[in-house]
Amino acid sequence: MTRSGMKLLALQILVGVCAIAFWHIGSQVPIGGTYLLPEFFFSTPLDVGQRIIKLFVTGTIWKHLWITLTETALAFAIGAAGGIAVGFWFARKPLLAAIFDPYVKMINALPRVVLAPIFMLWLGLGIWSKVALGVTLVFFIVFFNVYQGVKEVSPAILANARLIGMNERQLFRHVYWPSALSWVFSSLHTSVGFALVGAVVGEYLGSAAGLGYLIHQAEGVFDTTGVFAGMFILSAFVLIMDWAVTRIENRLLVWRPQSTAGQP
Amino acid sequence: MAVPMPTADAAGRTGGAVALTDISIDFAIGGHATYKAVAPTSLAVAEGEFVAIVGPTGCGKSTLLNVAAGLLKPTTGRVEIFGEPLTGLNLKAGYLFQQDGLMPWKSALDNVAITLEIRGAPRAEAEAAALAWLTTVGLAKFGDRYPHQLSGGQRKRVGLAQVLIREPKILLMDEPFGPLDAQTRQIMGTLLLDLWAVDRKAVLFVTHDLEEAIALSDRVVIMSAGPEASIIGDYPIDLPRPRDAADIRLHPRFHALHKAIWAQLKAEVIKTYDSGRV
Repeated sequence: MTRSGMKLLALQILVGVCAIAFWHIGSQVPIGGTYLLPEFFFSTPLDVGQRIIKLFVTGTIWKHLWITLTETALAFAIGAAGGIAVGFWFARKPLLAAIFDPYVKMINALPRVVLAPIFMLWLGLGIWSKVALGVTLVFFIVFFNVYQGVKEVSPAILANARLIGMNERQLFRHVYWPSALSWVFSSLHTSVGFALVGAVVGEYLGSAAGLGYLIHQAEGVFDTTGVFAGMFILSAFVLIMDWAVTRIENRLLVWRPQSTAGQP
Repeated sequence: MAVPMPTADAAGRTGGAVALTDISIDFAIGGHATYKAVAPTSLAVAEGEFVAIVGPTGCGKSTLLNVAAGLLKPTTGRVEIFGEPLTGLNLKAGYLFQQDGLMPWKSALDNVAITLEIRGAPRAEAEAAALAWLTTVGLAKFGDRYPHQLSGGQRKRVGLAQVLIREPKILLMDEPFGPLDAQTRQIMGTLLLDLWAVDRKAVLFVTHDLEEAIALSDRVVIMSAGPEASIIGDYPIDLPRPRDAADIRLHPRFHALHKAIWAQLKAEVIKTYDSGRV
């Protein structure tokens, strides 16, 4: 790590330390007879830390993490596959796209949370209702990106590819597919994030396992410490996933100027 | 200045590599209105001839080139390639665009090799040929670079290799060196002339730069300002070959030619300017 990198990391840690210190003082030290952050509503950093450690030491957390990860992965895989297939299909068949346009917009405009009860009714309280919720979120992100990616292939590249003699199948493989894929990857952070949102919201609204379930259970008994512990684990989980996505992105998009510039 | 018409043989076919006969091009501009971009005009390129088209901005030079490439169907007129009427894309021609036509997701080597691979050449063979062509254009060491890692001039060289590797009989170039700086343009011009000297393809070279046109070509044709643009001048360039695209500009004959052609071109450029389109 470089000197400036070290400095940045130190400052980032400092912000975290300050926030926790503020939280600790607010919940433990009365100012003018009142607590700024009453323990009942905000818990305390120490309690939350202890709860997180307990969750990991007793091993109860792993099952929940695994369930949430499975739901996220399935939602992303199914949503992305569907989005890519339909995106390509619509982009190559403008009439089809025009016919379905209002319906696509209608479904996309719908807040997905309202679909959760329906999915639970259809698919039960197991993982598939959560996967379905995630799919409805991921599908549209990927779909719009692929559609755009195929439509916005540079006319010069397309004309050039045709003139060096590519047929439709070769154009698909060497021009449309890589172009669409680059758009999918550029939205990878968003779509993976939404897959997780779908999973957690689904769990929150009704399930027997997962991080969303954990948070909801704690909330149900006014266990603020449990809610905060769940939130911190969820945040850490998102950070790790985001890091993994960045790694994959940098590997697959070496040809893109922005993904190689500024990399060590 | 009389414009020589392509001469037809007994079967009504015109000879040469490219023969555009009485081509006119209209564009629909919404509703029933049409924009007459090119008025009926004719242009022929003989085998082994290097022809440059020069004209003011927006006169339809590129449009004419797109017709020769088969990317655009003319409203009226005939397009013949080596005496055969053109249907669909002109696959006998290699086309070098002003914008980058390279696939950004492929390395320089892959961008060149793909031309052979899509024709069914084995990967190893295509790669070897691509490397040979990259060497010819002076980029032997840059095969694994992606287009964004290359300079504008280097990308043009890769583009040249990509087009030339399948040995087209005709080379169509649409302001290929337009985005490059003046020095790089001259270097690329000399490279183009050296490559061209090997097998003398028929070249149709569109440019707005009269000096570049004279330095490179055997014939310079002038297009009038649009709408209804047509070819209004045809000047043989009798400068000695082989040429260096930079040094030839110091030749006394170059100045005489430039003066004669500029007199006509200037009038067209001013017309375009006065019409408020520049």
